Amino acid sequence: MNFAVVGSQFFPLLINGLALGFIYVLVSVGYTMVYGVLRLINFANSEIFMLGTFATSIVSTTVFKFNIDSHPSHGMKLLLVLLCCLLASMVTSAVVAVLVELIAYRRLRTKGANRLGSLISAIGTSIVLSEGVRILTHSIPVASPRVLSKFYVFKIHGVGLRIDQMLTIVFGFILFFAVDRFVTKTRLGKAIRAVSMSEENSRLMGINLNRVISLTFLIGGLVTGAAAFMYMTVYEQTVFNVGFNIGIAAFTAAVLGGIGNLRGAFYGGLALGLAEEFFSVLLGSQWKEITVFVVLVLVLLLRPNGLFGEAVQQTRV
Amino acid sequence: MRLEINNMRVFYGKIEAIKGISVVVNEGEIVTLIGANGAGKTTTLKTISGLRKISEGSIIFDGQDISNLSAHERVEIGISQVPEGRGIFPGMTVLENLEIGKYFRKNRASEMAEDIERVYTLFPRLKERTSQAGGTLSGGEQQMLAIGRGLMARPKVLLLDEPSMGLAPMMIQNIFNIITEINKSGTTILLVEQNAQQALQRAHRAYVLETGKVVKEAKASDLLNDPAVRAAYLGTGANNPG
Repeated sequence: MNFAVVGSQFFPLLINGLALGFIYVLVSVGYTMVYGVLRLINFANSEIFMLGTFATSIVSTTVFKFNIDSHPSHGMKLLLVLLCCLLASMVTSAVVAVLVELIAYRRLRTKGANRLGSLISAIGTSIVLSEGVRILTHSIPVASPRVLSKFYVFKIHGVGLRIDQMLTIVFGFILFFAVDRFVTKTRLGKAIRAVSMSEENSRLMGINLNRVISLTFLIGGLVTGAAAFMYMTVYEQTVFNVGFNIGIAAFTAAVLGGIGNLRGAFYGGLALGLAEEFFSVLLGSQWKEITVFVVLVLVLLLRPNGLFGEAVQQTRV
Repeated sequence: MRLEINNMRVFYGKIEAIKGISVVVNEGEIVTLIGANGAGKTTTLKTISGLRKISEGSIIFDGQDISNLSAHERVEIGISQVPEGRGIFPGMTVLENLEIGKYFRKNRASEMAEDIERVYTLFPRLKERTSQAGGTLSGGEQQMLAIGRGLMARPKVLLLDEPSMGLAPMMIQNIFNIITEINKSGTTILLVEQNAQQALQRAHRAYVLETGKVVKEAKASDLLNDPAVRAAYLGTGANNPG
């Protein structure tokens, strides 16, 4: 146990944990929204993330001709490059998410296939996408050129906040609350909530089920794509199976917070990001994953539905 | 407006739940389907609202064959169902539940306030609970909310599935009074009930369902006095019909 290091490194760990946490939050939103409406774990979400990271990388290298030796950009050009990468990542992930639903899930659902069928279809889709990219990239990790110079926004007593981390935290926060507001306040958002509470009763309200499900995948994809962009700004490297660890972590975060619940994804994602950073220093990084899962199991023992597990939705008389 | 079900058959897998029934609901009527558990009452309603697929026969509404329309399209042309067990959205407030009842009429925002007011006038209790989560309401209040939500779509015909289920006797009276009131203000009603006594007192015409078939069709008041119906569905508590 290395408490001394944790004490001296508290703020850097906090910042790293929050940056990682917000990436988890956004990917968790992808899992949790789909789970909410379909009661299905969309295993392909990790590949939707992976494709987003490649989209970011491709736009910066092919459209803006960045390479490993280029200098980071600045000013208006930097803004333009970042926005284009973000947009490309979000659109790619969203399009893939919607297509995955159309191709891999919809028919099974409308034909009344059993839930395990959809689950296998999800796993299969995930494998097809990641193996496809493996073949295209020859299993070689792709380093993304540094677009954004990683300067410290401020630094106090040796503790600093890097621009990429700050962007991740601020943008992650804004995006999460935008989705949260969309779901709670807008007409379409309410339709998503209605479907997550009861598919049959939603149809009786005149809600076009297929359209709402597509919309859910679209939003989940957009948010997961944004997370992929942020991941690339912070870690600057991707590989065909990058989604695996992130996906497992985000899924864990969703379960930790209470899957099917947006706020749960938020707190679960942050808790997991922070726990990973702190535990890896406290116990050594080889213990990181083990401790995270021990925490998950303990939380589930005490609160089987997760921290925020559908407490409101399940209220019945 | 006329709802016409012709020789409808419905299968669940290989089991035939509805074995060719024909039912007519004329404009302005309250028509009730009575029958025991498993007679096919709920399946009939769900097939009319489009939640179940019709296997054979047809459903004609306003002269149009709607057998192949999906559930949400049927809401748009004026068929609303208040489901068995109320089916309100527990995590939404009373107001949100009512708003979602008008989901498809997105271009008619002006109707919203007017219709919510109408529902609140019909059910003052709901107005008091407007920002309370639907799941925290009592059974009777949930039933009011479910009916109110059904009315938000301004249906031409309202399908009611067991509105009295699980309610206290006082509340049952209350709900049936409101059903009669809704009908008088111009909404046609198809009512499925196990509480045959109440249903027959309120309805104009009735069909008796047994294991997926219509075994009797008559004026509701006639069935109230029909010895076979009284024995089978009205039990001993029916000594004083009307």
